[in-house]
Amino acid sequence: MRILTSFGAVAAAATLAIGVAGSAHAAAKGNARFQQVLERGKVVVGVKADYKPWGFRDPSGALVGMEVDMAKDVASTLGVELELVPVQSSNRMQFLQQGKIDLMIATMSDRSDRRKVVGIVDPNYYTSGTNVLARKGAVKKWSDLKGKPVCGKQGAFYNKIVSKRYGAKVIAFVGNAEAKQALRSGKCIAWVYDDSSIMSDLSSGQWDGFEMPLASEDDNPWGLAVPKDELNGIWGRFMSGMTYWWHASGRLMDLEKKWGIQPTAYLRHMHEKFSYEHGHLK
Amino acid sequence: MLDLISDYFRALYENTGWNFVIFYEQYEWDRFVEAIRVSLELIVSSLIFSLIVGVVGAWAQGSPVRAVRAFMAGYIQFFRNTPPYVQLLFFFFVLGNLTPQTDMGGYYEPMISNFGWAVISLSFFAGAFNVEIFRAGIEAVPTATREAAESLGYTRLQSYIHIVLPLAFRISLPALNNNLVNLLKTTTQAYAIAVPEMLYTLNQVWSDNVNVEEMMIVLFIYYVGLVAILVYGMHRWEMRMRVPGYG
Repeated sequence: MRILTSFGAVAAAATLAIGVAGSAHAAAKGNARFQQVLERGKVVVGVKADYKPWGFRDPSGALVGMEVDMAKDVASTLGVELELVPVQSSNRMQFLQQGKIDLMIATMSDRSDRRKVVGIVDPNYYTSGTNVLARKGAVKKWSDLKGKPVCGKQGAFYNKIVSKRYGAKVIAFVGNAEAKQALRSGKCIAWVYDDSSIMSDLSSGQWDGFEMPLASEDDNPWGLAVPKDELNGIWGRFMSGMTYWWHASGRLMDLEKKWGIQPTAYLRHMHEKFSYEHGHLK
Repeated sequence: MLDLISDYFRALYENTGWNFVIFYEQYEWDRFVEAIRVSLELIVSSLIFSLIVGVVGAWAQGSPVRAVRAFMAGYIQFFRNTPPYVQLLFFFFVLGNLTPQTDMGGYYEPMISNFGWAVISLSFFAGAFNVEIFRAGIEAVPTATREAAESLGYTRLQSYIHIVLPLAFRISLPALNNNLVNLLKTTTQAYAIAVPEMLYTLNQVWSDNVNVEEMMIVLFIYYVGLVAILVYGMHRWEMRMRVPGYG
């Protein structure tokens, strides 16, 4: 059964907000950025340049990827040009705060401390979870890890999950490079980490003979962000509407497929949740 | 044990925010106890092996065979001139892949575990210094004493074991004490190759529970305590081995 959630109301509000642009209420929420975007005829979006297949450079040096395609959707909906700015995890929020970018779609996990700094738009557009990278056929289900050595990175919260929940013997290294080297040389049966990062490694072409065989656990939703004071203005609500459309139309699932990302239950679930039945129109 | 203290530490957390989670939660407590066991095992085996390396090495250093002396010089240069952290990584990631290993289906059970490599690397590292420390002791034994042993018909090995080493050992003890304290502290670097000793474990604990300050305090107290025990033991040993009128 398809459920019309409270998000429907948000989407309606977004449409309404665009309709009443320039009204006193909307102006108080900060719409300067949105005006600028339209006036300069260009939207500046911060994306990753080193996180295949979400945001990376193709052989010609151009930025491509799933999140880049999302940025293109935004620009074409607005009817403006698109400028992409490569950002890194360590500076992406500052880029937004300092006005260097109008929008950030950069594999960022949605956390409460981040919501204090930038305007993270609801709903979330993707989610990552805990998974493992292993030699093909070595691991088939989570319980296969019981009592086996599993490599990890020191300090990662995934370690406790796999050791507590599945009884794996976690061998944690200082960095991911060491952990992955240990997996490669067969010191452990799998490497436990974030599934998006594992997919990124798999698509780098350096992990032939390896796979990500399990269903991800522990959702860690991703949020795109606008400047904080624009979150409840036109810009933020417009992006809410965009995200809603991405889910409802199945666009994100298409992009997932296009970029060779393992289909996530989250996107399927969100698609079902946000699709109207339109039964009343028949 | 945990039952006795858990109430106190849970209350401490609830009332003051000081989160010594290892003293009131079973899972973390078990990890902590295991860390004590692993770190003590690592420390004791490294100490013992480094002493053996030192004693044997110092003897080999005085060997009449030139190749043996050259080998010893090479060994000391290699281990003294590279950081122990780098040695650990080198042993585990490079030599570890060259040693025989058993296929366990999806991964390999190596002949030498990461704990084994940590003991080997740390013992040889501290052993290189011990060789030099014992050499200083041996050279402090008067030539006349050695010649006296020789004239009594002692072979080189016999004189080393019965005459030279017992005297040299006493002279070497203060410097040896220093080096062993250093070795004890260096064992924390085994976290680089994922040996679950105290630093490794508490690092994971503070990552999981965001209680860095509290766990740092535990870590400090733990090592201050261990070094104090070692120094006390070495001091007692030094006192007991004192030869009145000598040195």
